[in-house]
Amino acid sequence: MKSHVRTAFTVFGLLTILTGAVYPALVTLIAQGVFPYQANGSVIMRDGKAVGSELIGQTFDIPRYFWSRPSATGPMPYNSEASSGSNLGPTNPALIEAVRDRTKAVREAHPDQSGPVPVDLVTASASGLDPHISPAAAEYQVKRVAKARDLKDDVVRELVRKNTEARTFGVLGEPRVNVLRVNRALDALNVKE
Amino acid sequence: MNPNAWIQLAIYLIVLVALVKPLGWYMARVYQGQPCGLDRVLGWLEPGIYRLAGIDQQSEMGWKTYAFVVLLFNAIGLLAVYALQRLQGLLPFNPQDLDAVPPDLAFNTAVSFASNTNWQNYSGETTLSYLTQMVGLGVQNFVSAATGMAVLVALIRGLTRHSPSPPTPLPQGARGDSATIGNFWVDLVRSNLYILLPLSFVLALLLVSQGVVQNFQSYQQIDLVQTALDADKKPVTTQTLPMGPAASQIAIKQLGTNGGGFFNVNGAHPYENATPLSNFLELLAILLIPAALCYTFGVMVGDTRQGWAVLAAMMVVFVPLTIGCIAAEQAGNPAIDREVRFPLAGRASDGSQLPSLARPANEDEDSGGNMEGKEVRFGIASSALWACATTAASNGSVNSMHDSYTPLGGLIPMWLMQLGEVIFGGVGSGLYGMLMFVIVAVFVAGLMVGRTPEYLGKKIEAFEMKMASLVILIPPLVVLVGTAIAVLGPGLEYTDKGEMKNPPNPGAHGFSEVLYAFSSAGNNNGSAFAGLNGNNLFYNTALGIAMLISRYWLIIPTLAIAGSLARKKYTPSGAGTLPTHTPLFVVLIAGTVLLVGALTFVPALALGPVAEHLQMTAGNGAQP
Repeated sequence: MKSHVRTAFTVFGLLTILTGAVYPALVTLIAQGVFPYQANGSVIMRDGKAVGSELIGQTFDIPRYFWSRPSATGPMPYNSEASSGSNLGPTNPALIEAVRDRTKAVREAHPDQSGPVPVDLVTASASGLDPHISPAAAEYQVKRVAKARDLKDDVVRELVRKNTEARTFGVLGEPRVNVLRVNRALDALNVKE
Repeated sequence: MNPNAWIQLAIYLIVLVALVKPLGWYMARVYQGQPCGLDRVLGWLEPGIYRLAGIDQQSEMGWKTYAFVVLLFNAIGLLAVYALQRLQGLLPFNPQDLDAVPPDLAFNTAVSFASNTNWQNYSGETTLSYLTQMVGLGVQNFVSAATGMAVLVALIRGLTRHSPSPPTPLPQGARGDSATIGNFWVDLVRSNLYILLPLSFVLALLLVSQGVVQNFQSYQQIDLVQTALDADKKPVTTQTLPMGPAASQIAIKQLGTNGGGFFNVNGAHPYENATPLSNFLELLAILLIPAALCYTFGVMVGDTRQGWAVLAAMMVVFVPLTIGCIAAEQAGNPAIDREVRFPLAGRASDGSQLPSLARPANEDEDSGGNMEGKEVRFGIASSALWACATTAASNGSVNSMHDSYTPLGGLIPMWLMQLGEVIFGGVGSGLYGMLMFVIVAVFVAGLMVGRTPEYLGKKIEAFEMKMASLVILIPPLVVLVGTAIAVLGPGLEYTDKGEMKNPPNPGAHGFSEVLYAFSSAGNNNGSAFAGLNGNNLFYNTALGIAMLISRYWLIIPTLAIAGSLARKKYTPSGAGTLPTHTPLFVVLIAGTVLLVGALTFVPALALGPVAEHLQMTAGNGAQP
C-alpha cells in the first residue's frame, strides 16, 4: 500500500516532466527552428509592423472591401481573444431573424445580383474568426467592390482568383477565398495606380 | 451527399483501415514486451523510470491491485490539475496574468481531464495559463489515454491467460486473486513512451507546418485593416491574436481521444486547425488508435480475425450514421434556404406556396447547406465527418458547432455517444466497452442455441454477465437521470422577466442541449451543444459527477471480469461453439449495440431532435 503510493507519485512526477515539459519544449524548439512563420501565428508583416494573421479573419463590411462572414464573437465581431460560434439551434427564431436581416442587407448592397445569396455570407462561422469566404460569396461581391473602387470587374475577379485556394489534393476541404489577403491585394492595387 | 463528400469519406476510411494493421501490430509488440524498434532509442528511459519509482517490471498484479493503483494514480492526477488551476495566478508561464479558476469550474475541469472526457466548461484563451494547459491538461491528455489502454490490455490478458505456460509463472498453488493480469505501471509507462509520445511528436510538427501555433509568447496585438464597431457602436481598431503551445497539445488531444481544445472553439479555431490538410490529420488521429487497438487485440488473443470482426462491427454502425449526418447537413435548413434563395418580394410569408427548392447554383463550392457554425475551409463534408468521428470515438473535439446542426444532423452525434462510446470509443476504453457488448452478444447467442456461452475459449458465466451489464447500463442511467434532474429545474435558468435564459435555445432544441450535455459527460465524450452555459454550480458539479461515475465505475467491473476470466480454464472450441469472427457474429455485435442504444434512448431523442425535426420540416420553427 505505502509502496504503491510512493510509486504512484514518482511515476506521476516523471511522466509530468516527460509529457508536460520535455515534450512541449522539444516540439516548440523544432517548430520554431523549422516553421517559425507558422508556429508564431502566420502573421503578415508590413514595414516591420504586424497587420494581421492570414489565418484569423477580420471585420470587413464597407463597400470597397470584400465582406467577411458574420461573426458571433463578443463584444465585437472577429474578437480573436474570445473565439465563439453563435450556437443558435436550427429552429431558433433568433437564427432565422438574423439570417433574414443579413440577407436583406446583402441584397440591398448588391442590387445587380438576383440569384440566391451564398449561405456562408449570411451565417456565422464556427470560430467567429473564419478567414475565408466561398468563391461563390466572392463572385457575388465582385461587381460591388469594382464599382466602389472604380476598377474593371475582371481586374477584381483576377485578384479573387489569385487568392483562391482549391481543395487540398483536389479533394479535402472546400475551395475558399482568403478575405484579408484579397482585400490587402485590392489596397495594394490602388496604391500603385 | 455530393460526389466530393463520398470521396472524402472513402479516402478517410481507406487511410484509416490501411493504418490499422501496422499500428495494431506495433502496439501488440509494445504490450507483449517484445522489441518494437523505438525501445532501441528510448530503451534507457524505461528502466530508468522503473528504478526511480521502485517498480519491479516482472512482478504482476491481480485485478484488485490493478484496479487500486489505477484509481490511486488517477486520483493524484485529478488533484494535481485541480491544484494547478487554483494556484495558477502564483505560478509561472502565465503571460496573460490569469487568476485562479473558481473551485466548481476547477473541479469540473480536473475530473474532465482525468477521466479522458475533456468537457470544456472553461474557455482556454481567457481562463487557463500556459502552465495549466501544459502541465495540467497536457499531462492528463497522455496519462488518461494511457490508463484506458492499460485497462484494455489487462482485460485482453484476462482473456488469453490460459495457456499451459503463462508469460509469468504463477506462484505454486495460485488461486483466486493471484491470477494476474499484468502490471499497471509497466502498461502505463510503455503506452506513453512507445505509443502516445512518438505519435504526438510527429503529428504536432505536421500540424505546425500547416499553421497551428506553437510558442510561449504573450498575445500579439495587430492593427485592423478596416475599423470595426463593437456592440456599443464604439470603434475597434486592433485585434489581439492568441498564442501559446497549441500544436503539442492538440496532437495528443486528438490521438488520445481527449478532445479538450487549447482555444474555446476547439478544432474550429484557425490556430488549432488551420487547413483542410491539418483537418484531415486531426480527423485521422481521432480514430487511429481506437481502430488499431482492434488489431492489437486480435494479435494478443492469437487470432487476428477476432480483431477484424470487432472492427467490422464498429464500421457497420459508423459508416451509415456518418453518411446520414453528412446528408442531413448538406440538405440544409429549409428556413434559411427560404431566406437566401428568394428575393424578399417574391417570398410567400408562410412558406407553403414556394416552389420546390432547387440547390443553389454553386452546390459543389459549398455555398449551400447548413453553414451556420461551420468554417468555409472545411465545408460541410469535412465538418459532419468530424462530428461523427469525434462522437463515435470519445474524443469530443469539434471543428464545427454541433449546436447549430440540423436536428437529424445533431441527433446522430448525440446517439453515437449514447451507444456507450463503443463504436471506436476512447483509446482502450472503447474496445473494453465493446468487448462487454461482445460478451452480451455471446450470451444472447448462447441462449438462442441452448449452449453455455463461450468467448475465445472462456466460459461466460453469471459473474461476467453481471459485470458486463453494469458496464453497459451505468452510462445510460447517468445520462437519463442527470437529464431528468436538470430539466426538473436545477439545470434551468430564467431572466428577471421569467424568460428562459439557459438553455438558450427555445423549445425542443433547449431540451436537446441538456440531453447532449449529459450524454457527453455520461459517456466521457466531451463535445457539447455549446450554447448551454455549463459553467455554473449545478452543471459543473452534476456533469463532474457524471464523468467520474462513467469512467471509474466502468473500469472496476471491467477489471473484475479480467480477473475472473484469467482464473478460468481454457475450453477448446467444439462443434457447438459459436465462431466469433464470422459476418453473422459481426451483425450480432452491431445489433446488440444498436438495440440497447435504441431501446434506451428513443424516448428521450423523440422529445429533443425528433420533435425539432418535425417542427423544422413543418415550417413552424421558421416563423419568428
